[in-house]
Amino acid sequence: MVEIPEHLRKRADEARAKAEAAKAAAAGGPAAAGSGDGASEAQQQAASKIPPHLLERSVAARAQASGDAPEAASAAGGGVAVAAPPTAPEMPATGPGGHTQRLLTVVKSGSIQDVKSKPQDKVHVWPHLLVVEFVAALFITAFTLIFSIFVNAPLLELANYNQTPNPSKAPWYFLGLQELLTMFHPMVAGVTIPGIGLLALMLAPYIDKNPSKRPEDRKFAISLMTIHLMFWAVLVIIGSFFRGPGFNFVFPWEAGLFFEL
Amino acid sequence: MAIDTEERKAPLPERLAAQMTKIGDQVQGSQAWTSIFRPGSIFRKGYTDSPRNRSYVIMNSVLYHLHPVKVKRHAVKVSYTLCLGGLSFFLFILETVTGIFLMFFYRPTAAQAWDDIYILQTSVTFGLLVRNMHRWGAHLMVITVFLHMARVFYHGAYKPPREFNWVIGVILLKLTLLLSFTGYLLPWDQLALWAVTVGTNMMGYTPVFGDQVRFVLLGGVEIGTDTLLRWYVLHVLMLPFVLVIFLAVHFWRVRKDGGISGPL
Repeated sequence: MVEIPEHLRKRADEARAKAEAAKAAAAGGPAAAGSGDGASEAQQQAASKIPPHLLERSVAARAQASGDAPEAASAAGGGVAVAAPPTAPEMPATGPGGHTQRLLTVVKSGSIQDVKSKPQDKVHVWPHLLVVEFVAALFITAFTLIFSIFVNAPLLELANYNQTPNPSKAPWYFLGLQELLTMFHPMVAGVTIPGIGLLALMLAPYIDKNPSKRPEDRKFAISLMTIHLMFWAVLVIIGSFFRGPGFNFVFPWEAGLFFEL
Repeated sequence: MAIDTEERKAPLPERLAAQMTKIGDQVQGSQAWTSIFRPGSIFRKGYTDSPRNRSYVIMNSVLYHLHPVKVKRHAVKVSYTLCLGGLSFFLFILETVTGIFLMFFYRPTAAQAWDDIYILQTSVTFGLLVRNMHRWGAHLMVITVFLHMARVFYHGAYKPPREFNWVIGVILLKLTLLLSFTGYLLPWDQLALWAVTVGTNMMGYTPVFGDQVRFVLLGGVEIGTDTLLRWYVLHVLMLPFVLVIFLAVHFWRVRKDGGISGPL
């Protein structure tokens, strides 16, 4: 015989008592509390959730067990005999409806495990991406090599403290700042403006709260960035090509180029 | 014996080809060969273009496994990225290789720097060419990094979850500018001296600790041979070191944040 643990037997008894109480309350008529009505309804719903064919099967099994159990079991095969142990009429562990097992909960698939994320259109990195990267690397190497064959890097005379070239220019990417120096106090032009600019650039993702990536939704951000980039580009171009001796404004087609890379 | 004579009767080129195939099979089947080339290597015996081998190519290569095995189809479109990030990285490698070559011929002192560059250009084989490549590559790298930033902004690729990678990107931009600027002084010619003078004078206007920053960077109150040594070490060691660390985080975050951003 199968041993039924003490705590499970207690729990089953409690559940049965509770179910009987609910049934009694429902039978008590409309005068009974609303909660009793709800309980009976819930019970009926729970009963109706069990598919009819399963209900029939359990009823048949119960009838079999109470009747000539050994013969039926041997006819059905050993598996059935093990699954449905011969139950004594006063089996203490049966549930409210005479079931030997209860449905505790239904776990829907997807509630605890993500079965499969949406399929994505993916390609193998080799060869699709590596070929592109290889060609790009080849192209940039070839470009640098050929450019270097034809254009020499500047090497002016030895550094001389006593001979300041006119004009003295910073590297091209700092010429925007040098251009600002002609307009503002050095602290504003050299520290405050670029400092604020770089800080704003770094904080851009935290300032721009717009979740959309579509250009038509980002008109303000795109305009602001474009103005920002154009501002620096124009300053760099002026500083590079339109500034002559004394850092005065000149036209390169009149005064010539004062620009070394 | 009969088969042997048949073989001897075959024309020489065929026998030679058969012999070559046999030797090739033997070499590719040897323990040394299989220990060097891991599965998925195109040099392995019987390499075929199969999904399994395509995955192995990436997984079994120290260089390629920066990449995932598969990427979104849209991520390989050149019209989306314009390859700008990759080109920036590749230019950094190019700068490293050419820079190491230049280091063999350069001493960072005021007395020797200019002469070393001059001799490099006139007497060292490929010296001028490599120096040109280093210089133009550096300017190109500033441009590609800048354009990469603009591309990322216009695609809104800095939006969650990629905010922090944008911050790292801006740091990388600053490091690129600093690398370029420190390299500017090293030829020790008039262009270098006065461009750096203009640049560092601006730094001196930083409020509170401007003069101190300038003093530390120049190794004195004026640009001199100490400045040259400092900027040399910054240029060839410290800034690349820091840059590589940030690059590693940058690349790692690209993958952790779900690959490159999606289409607009």
